[in-house]
Amino acid sequence: MKSADFDQLNHRGEGRFPPLLLNFRTISRKIASATFFFCALFVVATVLSIVVMLGVKAVPFLNRVGVWTFLTGTEWKPLRGHFGIAPMIAGTAYVTLGALILGGPLGLGVAVFLAELAPSRIKEILNPLIDLLAGIPSVVYGFYGITVIVPWIRRIFGGPGFSVLAASVVLGVMILPTIVNVAREAIAAVPDDYREGSLALGASRWQTIFGVVLPAARSGIIAAIILGLGRAFGETMAVVMVAGNMVAFPKSILEPTRTLTSNVVLEMGYATGDHQAALFATGFVLLLFILTLNLASHWLTKKGVS
Amino acid sequence: MRKEIDAFLTAIVVMGSLLVVGILIAIVTQVVVLGLPEISWEFLATEAAAGGKTGGILNSIVATLLITFIGILIAAPLGVGSAVYLEEYSTSNRLNGIITMSVETMAGIPSIVYGLFGLVFFVIMLGWGWSILAGGCTLALMALPLIMRTSQEAIRAVSNEYRENSMALGASREQTLFRLVLPAAFPGILSGIVLSVGRIAGETAAVLLTAGSALGIPRSLFDTARPLPVHLYILASEGISMSKAYGTALVLIVLVLVFNFCVYRLRKILS
Repeated sequence: MKSADFDQLNHRGEGRFPPLLLNFRTISRKIASATFFFCALFVVATVLSIVVMLGVKAVPFLNRVGVWTFLTGTEWKPLRGHFGIAPMIAGTAYVTLGALILGGPLGLGVAVFLAELAPSRIKEILNPLIDLLAGIPSVVYGFYGITVIVPWIRRIFGGPGFSVLAASVVLGVMILPTIVNVAREAIAAVPDDYREGSLALGASRWQTIFGVVLPAARSGIIAAIILGLGRAFGETMAVVMVAGNMVAFPKSILEPTRTLTSNVVLEMGYATGDHQAALFATGFVLLLFILTLNLASHWLTKKGVS
Repeated sequence: MRKEIDAFLTAIVVMGSLLVVGILIAIVTQVVVLGLPEISWEFLATEAAAGGKTGGILNSIVATLLITFIGILIAAPLGVGSAVYLEEYSTSNRLNGIITMSVETMAGIPSIVYGLFGLVFFVIMLGWGWSILAGGCTLALMALPLIMRTSQEAIRAVSNEYRENSMALGASREQTLFRLVLPAAFPGILSGIVLSVGRIAGETAAVLLTAGSALGIPRSLFDTARPLPVHLYILASEGISMSKAYGTALVLIVLVLVFNFCVYRLRKILS
Protein backbone atom coordinates (compact mmCIF):
# COMPACT_ATOMS: atom_id res chain seq x y z
CA MET A 1 0.00 0.00 0.00
CA LYS A 2 1.42 3.37 -1.05
CA SER A 3 0.89 6.51 1.01
CA ALA A 4 -1.20 7.80 -1.86
CA ASP A 5 -3.72 5.09 -0.97
CA PHE A 6 -3.67 6.10 2.68
CA ASP A 7 -4.27 9.59 1.56
CA GLN A 8 -7.46 8.56 -0.09
CA LEU A 9 -8.56 7.05 3.21
CA ASN A 10 -7.57 10.24 5.00
CA HIS A 11 -9.50 12.19 2.49
CA ARG A 12 -12.67 10.33 3.18
CA GLY A 13 -12.28 11.08 6.88
CA GLU A 14 -11.54 14.71 6.29
CA GLY A 15 -14.90 15.40 4.75
CA ARG A 16 -16.58 15.03 8.11
CA PHE A 17 -14.67 17.96 9.64
CA PRO A 18 -15.32 21.61 8.89
CA PRO A 19 -13.09 22.44 5.90
CA LEU A 20 -11.50 25.49 7.56
CA LEU A 21 -9.78 23.35 10.17
CA LEU A 22 -7.95 21.32 7.58
CA ASN A 23 -6.95 24.09 5.26
CA PHE A 24 -3.32 24.11 6.27
CA ARG A 25 -3.06 20.41 5.73
CA THR A 26 -4.70 20.58 2.33
CA ILE A 27 -2.53 23.45 1.20
CA SER A 28 0.68 21.84 2.36
CA ARG A 29 -0.28 18.65 0.60
CA LYS A 30 -0.99 20.49 -2.61
CA ILE A 31 2.31 22.35 -2.48
CA ALA A 32 4.28 19.20 -1.71
CA SER A 33 2.70 17.04 -4.36
CA ALA A 34 3.02 19.80 -6.95
CA THR A 35 6.72 20.22 -6.13
CA PHE A 36 7.46 16.52 -6.38
CA PHE A 37 5.44 16.29 -9.55
CA PHE A 38 7.48 19.12 -11.02
CA CYS A 39 10.72 17.26 -10.20
CA ALA A 40 9.49 14.14 -11.95
CA LEU A 41 8.31 16.14 -14.93
CA PHE A 42 11.71 17.80 -15.14
CA VAL A 43 13.28 14.43 -15.90
CA VAL A 44 10.90 13.77 -18.78
CA ALA A 45 11.36 17.33 -20.07
CA THR A 46 15.16 16.94 -19.99
CA VAL A 47 15.13 13.86 -22.20
CA LEU A 48 12.77 15.53 -24.64
CA SER A 49 14.77 18.74 -24.78
CA ILE A 50 18.03 16.87 -25.37
CA VAL A 51 16.49 15.21 -28.41
CA VAL A 52 14.84 18.43 -29.59
CA MET A 53 17.87 20.71 -29.08
CA LEU A 54 20.23 18.40 -30.94
CA GLY A 55 17.57 17.83 -33.57
CA VAL A 56 17.08 21.57 -34.12
CA LYS A 57 20.81 21.95 -34.76
CA ALA A 58 21.20 18.80 -36.81
CA VAL A 59 18.08 18.38 -38.94
CA PRO A 60 18.34 21.54 -41.11
CA PHE A 61 21.95 20.67 -41.84
CA LEU A 62 21.11 17.05 -42.64
CA ASN A 63 18.33 18.19 -44.95
CA ARG A 64 20.70 20.44 -46.82
CA VAL A 65 23.55 17.99 -47.16
CA GLY A 66 21.40 14.89 -47.39
CA VAL A 67 21.26 12.22 -44.71
CA TRP A 68 22.58 9.55 -47.02
CA THR A 69 25.55 11.65 -48.19
CA PHE A 70 26.35 12.47 -44.59
CA LEU A 71 26.22 8.86 -43.41
CA THR A 72 28.00 7.25 -46.37
CA GLY A 73 30.35 10.02 -47.48
CA THR A 74 33.96 8.91 -47.09
CA GLU A 75 35.53 12.34 -47.03
CA TRP A 76 35.58 14.50 -43.92
CA LYS A 77 37.02 17.86 -44.93
CA PRO A 78 34.79 20.27 -43.07
CA LEU A 79 36.62 23.39 -44.23
CA ARG A 80 36.06 22.43 -47.87
CA GLY A 81 32.46 21.44 -47.34
CA HIS A 82 32.93 17.65 -47.43
CA PHE A 83 30.96 16.14 -44.56
CA GLY A 84 31.05 12.36 -44.73
CA ILE A 85 31.14 10.40 -41.50
CA ALA A 86 31.46 6.89 -42.94
CA PRO A 87 35.09 6.50 -41.77
CA MET A 88 34.04 7.49 -38.23
CA ILE A 89 31.10 5.09 -38.29
CA ALA A 90 33.52 2.34 -39.32
CA GLY A 91 35.97 3.39 -36.60
CA THR A 92 33.25 3.33 -33.97
CA ALA A 93 32.06 -0.09 -35.17
CA TYR A 94 35.57 -1.61 -35.08
CA VAL A 95 36.41 -0.22 -31.69
CA THR A 96 33.06 -1.22 -30.16
CA LEU A 97 33.25 -4.71 -31.63
CA GLY A 98 36.81 -5.09 -30.36
CA ALA A 99 35.73 -4.00 -26.89
CA LEU A 100 32.91 -6.55 -26.88
CA ILE A 101 35.17 -9.37 -28.05
CA LEU A 102 37.67 -8.62 -25.29
CA GLY A 103 35.33 -7.53 -22.50
CA GLY A 104 32.22 -9.60 -23.22
CA PRO A 105 33.39 -13.15 -22.44
CA LEU A 106 35.53 -11.94 -19.55
CA GLY A 107 32.63 -10.00 -18.04
CA LEU A 108 30.25 -12.91 -18.42
CA GLY A 109 32.79 -15.27 -16.86
CA VAL A 110 33.16 -13.02 -13.84
CA ALA A 111 29.36 -12.69 -13.62
CA VAL A 112 28.95 -16.49 -13.61
CA PHE A 113 31.65 -16.79 -10.98
CA LEU A 114 30.03 -14.15 -8.75
CA ALA A 115 26.48 -15.45 -9.15
CA GLU A 116 27.03 -19.21 -9.13
CA LEU A 117 30.36 -20.22 -7.67
CA ALA A 118 32.02 -17.64 -5.43
CA PRO A 119 31.76 -18.07 -1.66
CA SER A 120 30.22 -15.03 0.03
CA ARG A 121 33.54 -13.88 1.49
CA ILE A 122 35.02 -13.56 -1.99
CA LYS A 123 31.87 -11.85 -3.25
CA GLU A 124 32.24 -9.28 -0.50
CA ILE A 125 35.70 -8.41 -1.77
CA LEU A 126 35.07 -8.70 -5.48
CA ASN A 127 31.83 -6.72 -5.74
CA PRO A 128 33.25 -3.44 -4.34
CA LEU A 129 36.28 -3.84 -6.60
CA ILE A 130 34.03 -4.12 -9.65
CA ASP A 131 32.21 -0.98 -8.49
CA LEU A 132 35.56 0.74 -8.11
CA LEU A 133 36.42 -0.19 -11.68
CA ALA A 134 33.17 1.51 -12.71
CA GLY A 135 34.11 4.59 -10.69
CA ILE A 136 37.50 5.26 -12.24
CA PRO A 137 37.07 8.28 -14.54
CA SER A 138 37.34 7.58 -18.25
CA VAL A 139 40.15 10.09 -18.60
CA VAL A 140 42.24 8.00 -16.19
CA TYR A 141 41.64 4.92 -18.35
CA GLY A 142 42.74 6.95 -21.34
CA PHE A 143 45.81 8.12 -19.47
CA TYR A 144 46.70 4.54 -18.54
CA GLY A 145 46.19 3.68 -22.22
CA ILE A 146 48.63 6.36 -23.35
CA THR A 147 51.27 5.51 -20.79
CA VAL A 148 51.05 1.70 -20.78
CA ILE A 149 48.85 0.08 -23.44
CA VAL A 150 49.95 2.18 -26.43
CA PRO A 151 53.71 1.69 -25.81
CA TRP A 152 53.09 -2.05 -25.30
CA ILE A 153 51.33 -2.39 -28.62
CA ARG A 154 54.05 -0.35 -30.32
CA ARG A 155 56.73 -2.59 -28.85
CA ILE A 156 55.03 -5.95 -29.47
CA PHE A 157 53.25 -5.45 -32.80
CA GLY A 158 54.97 -2.39 -34.23
CA GLY A 159 53.09 0.50 -35.82
CA PRO A 160 52.18 3.73 -34.08
CA GLY A 161 50.57 2.06 -31.06
CA PHE A 162 47.67 4.50 -31.18
CA SER A 163 45.24 2.12 -32.82
CA VAL A 164 41.95 0.28 -33.02
CA LEU A 165 43.51 -2.39 -30.81
CA ALA A 166 44.55 0.08 -28.08
CA ALA A 167 41.06 1.60 -28.02
CA SER A 168 39.47 -1.87 -27.93
CA VAL A 169 41.61 -2.97 -24.99
CA VAL A 170 40.85 0.17 -22.97
CA LEU A 171 37.13 0.03 -23.78
CA GLY A 172 37.06 -3.71 -23.10
CA VAL A 173 38.11 -3.00 -19.53
CA MET A 174 35.76 -0.03 -19.19
CA ILE A 175 32.64 -2.02 -20.12
CA LEU A 176 33.44 -4.83 -17.68
CA PRO A 177 31.53 -3.40 -14.68
CA THR A 178 28.38 -2.85 -16.75
CA ILE A 179 28.44 -6.37 -18.18
CA VAL A 180 29.36 -8.02 -14.87
CA ASN A 181 26.69 -6.24 -12.82
CA VAL A 182 23.79 -6.63 -15.25
CA ALA A 183 24.60 -10.24 -16.15
CA ARG A 184 25.20 -11.19 -12.50
CA GLU A 185 21.78 -9.87 -11.53
CA ALA A 186 20.14 -11.73 -14.41
CA ILE A 187 21.86 -14.98 -13.42
CA ALA A 188 21.07 -14.54 -9.74
CA ALA A 189 17.39 -13.99 -10.61
CA VAL A 190 17.08 -17.53 -11.98
CA PRO A 191 15.05 -19.45 -9.38
CA ASP A 192 16.94 -22.06 -7.35
CA ASP A 193 14.37 -24.69 -8.34
CA TYR A 194 15.89 -24.75 -11.81
CA ARG A 195 19.35 -25.52 -10.43
CA GLU A 196 18.10 -28.07 -7.93
CA GLY A 197 16.03 -29.81 -10.58
CA SER A 198 18.99 -30.03 -12.91
CA LEU A 199 21.40 -31.22 -10.20
CA ALA A 200 18.85 -33.79 -9.00
CA LEU A 201 18.74 -35.21 -12.52
CA GLY A 202 22.44 -35.85 -12.23
CA ALA A 203 23.81 -32.90 -14.16
CA SER A 204 27.12 -31.49 -12.98
CA ARG A 205 27.58 -27.92 -11.77
CA TRP A 206 28.70 -26.63 -15.15
CA GLN A 207 26.19 -28.70 -17.11
CA THR A 208 23.59 -26.97 -14.98
CA ILE A 209 25.11 -23.55 -15.67
CA PHE A 210 25.33 -24.06 -19.44
CA GLY A 211 22.20 -26.14 -19.85
CA VAL A 212 19.77 -24.47 -17.45
CA VAL A 213 20.92 -21.27 -15.75
CA LEU A 214 22.40 -19.35 -18.69
CA PRO A 215 19.54 -20.18 -21.08
CA ALA A 216 17.05 -19.08 -18.41
CA ALA A 217 18.93 -15.81 -17.92
CA ARG A 218 19.58 -15.22 -21.60
CA SER A 219 17.47 -12.09 -22.09
CA GLY A 220 19.24 -10.44 -19.13
CA ILE A 221 22.60 -11.53 -20.47
CA ILE A 222 21.81 -10.09 -23.89
CA ALA A 223 20.72 -6.88 -22.15
CA ALA A 224 24.08 -6.81 -20.37
CA ILE A 225 25.91 -7.13 -23.68
CA ILE A 226 23.76 -4.41 -25.24
CA LEU A 227 24.37 -2.04 -22.33
CA GLY A 228 28.10 -2.75 -22.55
CA LEU A 229 27.93 -2.05 -26.26
CA GLY A 230 26.19 1.27 -25.55
CA ARG A 231 28.85 2.19 -23.04
CA ALA A 232 31.68 1.44 -25.49
CA PHE A 233 29.87 3.17 -28.31
CA GLY A 234 29.34 6.38 -26.38
CA GLU A 235 32.70 6.55 -24.61
CA THR A 236 34.72 9.56 -25.66
CA MET A 237 37.76 10.58 -23.67
CA ALA A 238 39.49 7.23 -23.31
CA VAL A 239 39.11 6.60 -27.04
CA VAL A 240 40.29 10.05 -28.08
CA MET A 241 43.43 9.52 -26.05
CA VAL A 242 44.45 6.14 -27.47
CA ALA A 243 42.88 5.69 -30.92
CA GLY A 244 45.13 8.03 -32.89
CA ASN A 245 42.19 9.95 -34.36
CA MET A 246 43.13 9.76 -38.04
CA VAL A 247 40.12 10.05 -40.37
CA ALA A 248 40.55 6.96 -42.53
CA PHE A 249 39.21 3.45 -42.83
CA PRO A 250 41.66 1.40 -40.76
CA LYS A 251 43.10 -1.51 -42.75
CA SER A 252 44.22 -3.44 -39.69
CA ILE A 253 43.64 -3.29 -35.97
CA LEU A 254 47.09 -1.74 -35.57
CA GLU A 255 46.16 1.37 -37.52
CA PRO A 256 44.78 4.52 -35.97
CA THR A 257 41.12 5.41 -36.28
CA ARG A 258 38.64 8.07 -35.26
CA THR A 259 35.24 7.41 -33.70
CA LEU A 260 32.07 9.49 -33.90
CA THR A 261 32.45 10.66 -30.31
CA SER A 262 36.10 11.61 -30.81
CA ASN A 263 35.16 13.59 -33.88
CA VAL A 264 32.84 15.77 -31.82
CA VAL A 265 35.19 16.42 -28.93
CA LEU A 266 38.25 17.03 -31.11
CA GLU A 267 36.70 19.63 -33.38
CA MET A 268 33.94 21.28 -31.37
CA GLY A 269 36.36 23.71 -29.75
CA TYR A 270 36.98 25.65 -32.95
CA ALA A 271 34.13 24.67 -35.29
CA THR A 272 31.73 27.31 -36.66
CA GLY A 273 28.87 27.42 -39.13
CA ASP A 274 28.30 24.29 -41.18
CA HIS A 275 31.23 22.56 -39.56
CA GLN A 276 29.64 23.02 -36.14
CA ALA A 277 26.27 21.88 -37.50
CA ALA A 278 27.95 18.77 -38.89
CA LEU A 279 29.33 17.97 -35.45
CA PHE A 280 25.90 18.40 -33.90
CA ALA A 281 24.55 16.10 -36.60
CA THR A 282 27.23 13.57 -35.60
CA GLY A 283 26.00 13.84 -32.02
CA PHE A 284 22.42 13.44 -33.17
CA VAL A 285 23.28 10.21 -35.00
CA LEU A 286 24.99 8.99 -31.83
CA LEU A 287 21.96 9.88 -29.73
CA LEU A 288 19.48 8.13 -32.04
CA PHE A 289 21.59 4.98 -32.04
CA ILE A 290 21.88 4.99 -28.24
CA LEU A 291 18.12 5.52 -27.88
CA THR A 292 17.51 2.48 -30.08
CA LEU A 293 19.92 0.39 -28.02
CA ASN A 294 18.25 1.52 -24.79
CA LEU A 295 14.83 0.58 -26.09
CA ALA A 296 16.15 -2.85 -27.04
CA SER A 297 17.72 -3.49 -23.64
CA HIS A 298 14.65 -2.11 -21.88
CA TRP A 299 12.47 -4.54 -23.78
CA LEU A 300 14.81 -7.43 -23.02
CA THR A 301 15.08 -6.71 -19.29
CA LYS A 302 11.32 -6.43 -19.11
CA LYS A 303 11.03 -9.90 -20.55
CA GLY A 304 13.12 -11.02 -17.61
CA VAL A 305 13.59 -14.68 -16.87
CA SER A 306 11.86 -16.61 -19.60
CA MET B 1 35.99 -36.85 -16.70
CA ARG B 2 32.99 -34.68 -15.87
CA LYS B 3 34.69 -33.63 -12.69
CA GLU B 4 37.78 -32.57 -14.59
CA ILE B 5 35.77 -30.53 -17.06
CA ASP B 6 33.96 -28.82 -14.20
CA ALA B 7 37.20 -28.06 -12.41
CA PHE B 8 38.69 -26.73 -15.63
CA LEU B 9 35.79 -24.38 -16.30
CA THR B 10 35.78 -23.18 -12.71
CA ALA B 11 39.49 -22.50 -13.00
CA ILE B 12 38.85 -20.39 -16.10
CA VAL B 13 36.29 -18.12 -14.46
CA VAL B 14 38.43 -17.83 -11.33
CA MET B 15 41.33 -16.77 -13.50
CA GLY B 16 39.08 -14.31 -15.30
CA SER B 17 38.07 -12.77 -12.01
CA LEU B 18 41.68 -12.59 -10.90
CA LEU B 19 42.54 -10.91 -14.19
CA VAL B 20 39.93 -8.23 -13.57
CA VAL B 21 41.25 -7.61 -10.07
CA GLY B 22 44.77 -7.57 -11.51
CA ILE B 23 43.81 -4.91 -14.07
CA LEU B 24 42.35 -2.72 -11.34
CA ILE B 25 45.44 -3.12 -9.18
CA ALA B 26 47.73 -2.44 -12.15
CA ILE B 27 45.97 0.83 -12.99
CA VAL B 28 45.86 2.06 -9.41
CA THR B 29 49.47 1.15 -8.58
CA GLN B 30 50.80 2.66 -11.80
CA VAL B 31 49.12 5.97 -10.99
CA VAL B 32 50.00 5.88 -7.29
CA VAL B 33 53.66 4.91 -7.74
CA LEU B 34 54.39 7.42 -10.48
CA GLY B 35 52.09 10.13 -9.16
CA LEU B 36 53.17 10.15 -5.53
CA PRO B 37 56.57 11.81 -6.11
CA GLU B 38 54.73 14.70 -7.78
CA ILE B 39 52.44 15.38 -4.86
CA SER B 40 53.63 18.17 -2.63
CA TRP B 41 52.05 21.09 -0.88
CA GLU B 42 53.30 23.26 -3.69
CA PHE B 43 51.66 21.08 -6.36
CA LEU B 44 48.32 21.23 -4.59
CA ALA B 45 48.39 24.87 -3.59
CA THR B 46 49.76 26.76 -6.58
CA GLU B 47 48.15 27.57 -9.88
CA ALA B 48 49.22 25.96 -13.12
CA ALA B 49 51.63 28.00 -15.19
CA ALA B 50 53.01 27.78 -18.74
CA GLY B 51 49.98 25.80 -19.92
CA GLY B 52 50.42 23.28 -17.13
CA LYS B 53 54.11 22.59 -17.71
CA THR B 54 55.03 24.15 -14.39
CA GLY B 55 53.18 25.07 -11.25
CA GLY B 56 50.45 23.06 -9.59
CA ILE B 57 46.78 22.24 -9.91
CA LEU B 58 45.11 24.62 -7.45
CA ASN B 59 42.99 26.23 -10.17
CA SER B 60 41.79 22.81 -11.35
CA ILE B 61 40.98 21.68 -7.83
CA VAL B 62 38.91 24.82 -7.28
CA ALA B 63 37.18 24.34 -10.64
CA THR B 64 36.36 20.69 -9.92
CA LEU B 65 35.00 21.51 -6.47
CA LEU B 66 32.84 24.35 -7.78
CA ILE B 67 31.45 22.48 -10.77
CA THR B 68 30.74 19.32 -8.78
CA PHE B 69 29.13 21.34 -6.01
CA ILE B 70 26.83 23.16 -8.43
CA GLY B 71 25.98 19.90 -10.14
CA ILE B 72 25.01 18.13 -6.91
CA LEU B 73 23.22 21.18 -5.52
CA ILE B 74 20.87 21.05 -8.50
CA ALA B 75 20.69 17.31 -9.07
CA ALA B 76 20.13 16.16 -5.46
CA PRO B 77 16.81 17.94 -4.77
CA LEU B 78 15.48 17.18 -8.24
CA GLY B 79 16.52 13.54 -8.08
CA VAL B 80 15.21 12.93 -4.57
CA GLY B 81 12.05 14.90 -5.38
CA SER B 82 11.21 12.84 -8.41
CA ALA B 83 12.00 9.64 -6.52
CA VAL B 84 9.56 10.73 -3.81
CA TYR B 85 6.96 11.48 -6.44
CA LEU B 86 7.31 8.06 -8.03
CA GLU B 87 7.34 6.13 -4.78
CA GLU B 88 4.93 8.09 -2.59
CA TYR B 89 2.61 10.21 -4.71
CA SER B 90 2.09 8.96 -8.20
CA THR B 91 -1.01 6.90 -8.73
CA SER B 92 -0.87 6.66 -12.50
CA ASN B 93 0.99 3.64 -13.79
CA ARG B 94 1.27 5.13 -17.22
CA LEU B 95 2.96 8.31 -16.00
CA ASN B 96 5.23 6.18 -13.83
CA GLY B 97 6.20 4.17 -16.87
CA ILE B 98 7.02 7.31 -18.85
CA ILE B 99 9.13 8.77 -16.04
CA THR B 100 10.98 5.51 -15.39
CA MET B 101 11.64 5.13 -19.09
CA SER B 102 13.00 8.69 -19.26
CA VAL B 103 15.38 8.04 -16.37
CA GLU B 104 16.64 4.84 -17.96
CA THR B 105 17.19 6.73 -21.18
CA MET B 106 19.06 9.50 -19.39
CA ALA B 107 21.32 6.94 -17.74
CA GLY B 108 22.27 5.56 -21.14
CA ILE B 109 22.97 8.84 -22.94
CA PRO B 110 26.74 9.26 -23.41
CA SER B 111 28.48 12.18 -21.76
CA ILE B 112 29.45 13.73 -25.08
CA VAL B 113 25.76 14.09 -25.96
CA TYR B 114 25.13 15.82 -22.62
CA GLY B 115 28.04 18.06 -23.53
CA LEU B 116 26.46 18.95 -26.86
CA PHE B 117 23.14 19.66 -25.17
CA GLY B 118 24.83 21.85 -22.57
CA LEU B 119 26.67 23.66 -25.33
CA VAL B 120 23.48 24.44 -27.28
CA PHE B 121 21.30 25.21 -24.31
CA PHE B 122 23.36 26.68 -21.47
CA VAL B 123 26.36 28.05 -23.34
CA ILE B 124 24.74 29.38 -26.53
CA MET B 125 20.99 29.75 -25.98
CA LEU B 126 21.06 31.07 -22.42
CA GLY B 127 24.21 33.00 -23.26
CA TRP B 128 26.22 31.84 -20.26
CA GLY B 129 29.28 31.19 -22.39
CA TRP B 130 31.80 28.51 -21.44
CA SER B 131 31.43 28.71 -17.71
CA ILE B 132 31.45 26.98 -14.36
CA LEU B 133 27.69 27.43 -14.24
CA ALA B 134 27.06 25.84 -17.64
CA GLY B 135 29.39 22.95 -16.73
CA GLY B 136 27.72 22.46 -13.35
CA CYS B 137 24.23 22.42 -14.84
CA THR B 138 25.27 19.92 -17.49
CA LEU B 139 26.78 17.66 -14.84
CA ALA B 140 23.60 17.99 -12.78
CA LEU B 141 21.65 16.41 -15.63
CA MET B 142 24.17 13.58 -15.81
CA ALA B 143 23.95 12.92 -12.07
CA LEU B 144 20.14 12.89 -11.99
CA PRO B 145 19.46 9.29 -13.05
CA LEU B 146 21.86 7.77 -10.53
CA ILE B 147 20.60 9.89 -7.63
CA MET B 148 17.03 9.18 -8.58
CA ARG B 149 17.46 5.43 -8.88
CA THR B 150 19.28 5.04 -5.57
CA SER B 151 16.79 7.32 -3.77
CA GLN B 152 13.90 5.33 -5.19
CA GLU B 153 15.41 2.10 -3.90
CA ALA B 154 16.07 3.63 -0.49
CA ILE B 155 12.51 4.97 -0.17
CA ARG B 156 11.02 1.70 -1.34
CA ALA B 157 13.04 -0.14 1.30
CA VAL B 158 11.38 1.80 4.15
CA SER B 159 8.95 -0.59 5.78
CA ASN B 160 5.28 0.13 5.19
CA GLU B 161 4.63 -0.32 8.90
CA TYR B 162 6.25 3.07 9.47
CA ARG B 163 3.80 4.69 7.11
CA GLU B 164 0.81 2.80 8.48
CA ASN B 165 1.63 3.62 12.10
CA SER B 166 2.26 7.24 11.35
CA MET B 167 -0.97 7.58 9.41
CA ALA B 168 -2.85 5.79 12.16
CA LEU B 169 -1.57 8.38 14.62
CA GLY B 170 -3.17 11.04 12.45
CA ALA B 171 -0.05 12.40 10.76
CA SER B 172 -0.51 13.80 7.29
CA ARG B 173 1.21 12.37 4.27
CA GLU B 174 3.79 15.16 4.28
CA GLN B 175 4.48 14.77 8.01
CA THR B 176 4.99 11.05 7.47
CA LEU B 177 7.23 11.70 4.52
CA PHE B 178 9.48 14.33 6.10
CA ARG B 179 9.64 12.97 9.65
CA LEU B 180 9.69 9.23 8.99
CA VAL B 181 10.20 8.03 5.45
CA LEU B 182 12.95 10.40 4.34
CA PRO B 183 14.99 10.14 7.57
CA ALA B 184 14.76 6.35 7.38
CA ALA B 185 15.84 6.39 3.75
CA PHE B 186 18.55 8.98 4.34
CA PRO B 187 21.64 6.71 4.36
CA GLY B 188 20.56 5.14 1.07
CA ILE B 189 19.84 8.50 -0.51
CA LEU B 190 23.15 9.88 0.74
CA SER B 191 25.09 6.94 -0.68
CA GLY B 192 23.55 7.65 -4.09
CA ILE B 193 24.50 11.31 -3.85
CA VAL B 194 28.07 10.54 -2.81
CA LEU B 195 28.36 8.00 -5.62
CA SER B 196 27.29 10.58 -8.19
CA VAL B 197 29.70 13.15 -6.73
CA GLY B 198 32.45 10.65 -7.54
CA ARG B 199 31.09 10.17 -11.04
CA ILE B 200 30.69 13.80 -12.02
CA ALA B 201 33.96 14.89 -10.43
CA GLY B 202 35.71 12.65 -12.94
CA GLU B 203 33.64 13.64 -15.95
CA THR B 204 35.57 15.09 -18.85
CA ALA B 205 33.87 15.24 -22.24
CA ALA B 206 30.72 17.05 -21.13
CA VAL B 207 32.72 19.57 -19.10
CA LEU B 208 35.18 20.23 -21.90
CA LEU B 209 32.29 21.29 -24.16
CA THR B 210 30.50 23.43 -21.57
CA ALA B 211 33.08 24.86 -19.16
CA GLY B 212 35.96 25.31 -21.56
CA SER B 213 39.55 24.67 -20.58
CA ALA B 214 41.13 27.99 -19.70
CA LEU B 215 43.67 28.10 -16.87
CA GLY B 216 43.36 30.39 -13.89
CA ILE B 217 41.22 30.30 -10.77
CA PRO B 218 37.60 31.05 -11.66
CA ARG B 219 36.43 34.30 -10.03
CA SER B 220 32.74 34.04 -10.83
CA LEU B 221 30.21 31.45 -11.93
CA PHE B 222 30.44 32.78 -15.47
CA ASP B 223 34.21 32.25 -15.71
CA THR B 224 35.55 29.46 -17.82
CA ALA B 225 37.74 26.97 -15.97
CA ARG B 226 39.70 23.74 -16.32
CA PRO B 227 38.68 21.00 -13.87
CA LEU B 228 41.06 18.15 -12.96
CA PRO B 229 39.92 15.61 -15.59
CA VAL B 230 40.17 18.16 -18.39
CA HIS B 231 43.59 19.22 -17.10
CA LEU B 232 44.74 15.59 -17.11
CA TYR B 233 43.41 15.10 -20.64
CA ILE B 234 45.22 18.14 -21.98
CA LEU B 235 48.48 17.40 -20.17
CA ALA B 236 48.56 13.80 -21.38
CA SER B 237 47.19 14.04 -24.91
CA GLU B 238 49.21 17.08 -25.86
CA GLY B 239 52.24 15.67 -24.10
CA ILE B 240 52.75 18.85 -22.06
CA SER B 241 54.03 17.19 -18.93
CA MET B 242 53.67 13.50 -18.09
CA SER B 243 54.88 13.94 -14.53
CA LYS B 244 52.29 16.64 -13.82
CA ALA B 245 49.73 14.39 -15.52
CA TYR B 246 50.58 11.56 -13.10
CA GLY B 247 50.16 13.91 -10.16
CA THR B 248 46.77 15.06 -11.45
CA ALA B 249 45.66 11.48 -12.12
CA LEU B 250 46.63 10.50 -8.58
CA VAL B 251 44.56 13.32 -7.08
CA LEU B 252 41.60 12.19 -9.23
CA ILE B 253 41.99 8.54 -8.27
CA VAL B 254 42.24 9.42 -4.58
CA LEU B 255 39.03 11.47 -4.89
CA VAL B 256 37.27 8.50 -6.47
CA LEU B 257 38.62 6.06 -3.88
CA VAL B 258 37.46 8.30 -1.03
CA PHE B 259 33.96 8.66 -2.46
CA ASN B 260 33.69 4.94 -3.18
CA PHE B 261 34.84 4.12 0.34
CA CYS B 262 32.17 6.45 1.77
CA VAL B 263 29.50 4.69 -0.29
CA TYR B 264 30.79 1.31 0.83
CA ARG B 265 30.63 2.37 4.50
CA LEU B 266 27.14 3.84 4.07
CA ARG B 267 25.91 0.60 2.52
CA LYS B 268 27.48 -1.36 5.39
CA ILE B 269 25.55 0.82 7.85
CA LEU B 270 22.40 0.15 5.86
CA SER B 271 22.60 -3.63 5.88
